[in-house]
Amino acid sequence: MLIVAIAMPWAFYNYHTGRQSGFVVSMLSQMGMMTILALSYNMLLGQAGLFSLCHATFFGIGGYATIHFLTLAGDGSLPLPLELFPLLAGLSGLGLAIVFGYMATKQRATAFAMITLGIGELMTTAALMFHHFFGGEGGVNSNRMIGHSLFGFKYGASIQVYYLIVAWTVISALAMLYLTRTPLGRMANASRDNFERVQFVGYDPRMVRFLQFMLSGFFAGIGGGLYAITYEIVTFDALAAPLSANALLMAYIGGTSAFGGPILGAVLITLLQSGVSLMSNSWLVYVGALFISMVIFAPNGIMGLIAAHDPIVRGGQFGRLLVPYAKVLLPGLIMVLGFIGLVELASFLTIGAAQGKTLVLFGTRIDDHAPLPWLSAGLCLVGGGLWFGSEARSFRRVWQGLMGELQPKRSLA
Amino acid sequence: MEIVLVSLLNGLVYGMLLFMLASGLTLIFSMMGVLNFAHASIYMIGAYLAFTISQFAGFFPALIIAPILCGLLGAGIEIWGLRRAHVNGHIAELLFTFGLVFIIGRSVQMVWGMLPMAYRVPQLLDFPLFTFYGAHFPAYRGFMLLVSAGMLAATWVLLKKTRVGMIIQASLSHPQMASALGHNVPMVFTLVFAGGCALAGLAGVIGGNYQTTEPGMADAMGPIVFVVVVFGGLGSLMGCFIASILMGMIQTFAVVINASLLDVVKPLGITLTGDNLFTEFMTVPVARIGALLPFVLMILILLFRPRGLMGTRDT
Repeated sequence: MLIVAIAMPWAFYNYHTGRQSGFVVSMLSQMGMMTILALSYNMLLGQAGLFSLCHATFFGIGGYATIHFLTLAGDGSLPLPLELFPLLAGLSGLGLAIVFGYMATKQRATAFAMITLGIGELMTTAALMFHHFFGGEGGVNSNRMIGHSLFGFKYGASIQVYYLIVAWTVISALAMLYLTRTPLGRMANASRDNFERVQFVGYDPRMVRFLQFMLSGFFAGIGGGLYAITYEIVTFDALAAPLSANALLMAYIGGTSAFGGPILGAVLITLLQSGVSLMSNSWLVYVGALFISMVIFAPNGIMGLIAAHDPIVRGGQFGRLLVPYAKVLLPGLIMVLGFIGLVELASFLTIGAAQGKTLVLFGTRIDDHAPLPWLSAGLCLVGGGLWFGSEARSFRRVWQGLMGELQPKRSLA
Repeated sequence: MEIVLVSLLNGLVYGMLLFMLASGLTLIFSMMGVLNFAHASIYMIGAYLAFTISQFAGFFPALIIAPILCGLLGAGIEIWGLRRAHVNGHIAELLFTFGLVFIIGRSVQMVWGMLPMAYRVPQLLDFPLFTFYGAHFPAYRGFMLLVSAGMLAATWVLLKKTRVGMIIQASLSHPQMASALGHNVPMVFTLVFAGGCALAGLAGVIGGNYQTTEPGMADAMGPIVFVVVVFGGLGSLMGCFIASILMGMIQTFAVVINASLLDVVKPLGITLTGDNLFTEFMTVPVARIGALLPFVLMILILLFRPRGLMGTRDT
């Protein structure tokens, strides 16, 4: 998994290097930062079972601190090479996580979620009030070309910053992977599954939660530092609730039970955000619908779905699933298209009209006051949905049959 | 003196509005153990629905129809969504209601547009109730107080004095036994969730023209309602009442106080010069940090009394 993650940026980079595609570099940089954010969030959600709603706070504080440190370094009072600045950012995230974690980890589950919600709102409001550190609505900015570097780079070009991001992402991901193998990581898993039992084993579940929260804040701070270095400006929406929600989406959709899940989620969500939001302004509805369907039908995320195929693939029976998959895919596609159609029609009716845009499908303008587009979209949704339901039932029968067949083989192995 | 009286009354009105919202949330939580993040979104839907209905039928029919629609929406969410998410665990329920926030928020924007709606106080209630020190107290606010108090009294009577209420209480503490005795416990849960959402819808109907009806309503009210619920304690209606009145008063009074921390220590002869974070922290007037205070209070109470004022459930 990690080898793929390291190799992929090089493949993309080589393809675009001749043209120096700025869009791809900035999107890949964003993916790197979001990967760190999502992985550090999964330390709480997937590994410790803590649903935190203030994760972006540590990301943002890392960013703000880095900007201030960069300004200090630019003045000459902080002779530190640029490569080590994310570490400083991580330490600021750690400091804040110690303060907030002390309060938040006294509780768990629902109360913990509410405390973190309050903390997140508190920091967002404070960021708008205290102008000296946070710079108010305009944020704070600085210059990353401070002249100190371990390797002699100037970090003026975004490609060099991208290399820095890749390096730090790999280091953080490896560190977090290592943490899952340590006793702390294992006890965090244990307190997620059965917190009473953890007390009998001899560890204080509160300390386990606290340590996990602190370390997760440290890594989030590193991500924030990279954010500050890349964009050179940090505003209050680096610690606001939408970014925390983004972290949650990435970790959950990718899959909270596998380590690589949040990486996949971060890549996917960043791609979707850049791509879909160019085409449609109802991106939030799609993400929300995807999220809710995953909560109900696939709580282990995409990685969970892939992992569920594991026994079938090992048993060599994957070929028998191909036809049922094809039979499910077509009605599924129709249903999704119908849903997208309805959402787009509705959004263009009100929001698009206010913005002066009209719906254009394959080059033809669609009038959203006529009943025909609504009827056809609705028909697709309902008809596709019913057809999908029946195909899904037969798919489930095939799946359960396969699993039942493979069970005795697995227990022998 | 007049400032105190005006702020007192306004704080009371705002506090009762908060109580309507928070009471629905506490009821749902204490009955079903699921924290409904989408509660403030249902409040927003209540306000928007009331606006649309009042365009056609007037305010008073909207007062009755909009909460019923919100209740039906809540029942739908519970039957088709929450029950299925429940199978996957506690966190899954929280995540489900969290995802609902996005969908409801964006759907409201799609259906009604992104601009605030001109949801006005009805003509019948748009007169000053009484005047004191030269300031008017609008009759609409008195109406708000009346509706909130009446609705809450009705809820209390329903829960404590009727047979339905007894079945609900029994399903709360001993769902298997109540079910074995022949009561339809899943239906009870749907009823409670729908009731909580109807309360939020009613709060939206009244609150929508007290505050502006706009797509950002849910994000503005949501965190405060959660603070109130945490402060009052999970599972206690009385604690919720005290907490919401307290929060309402604090936020209303904070806006009129112009003192800062520096003014407190000034009599000791301390002055601060310099332009840094510490000075800013000491000189910021209370009026500007009014929005922060509920969260600070929540953190304080979680440090010293994690169950809230009168909480009965642990988490």
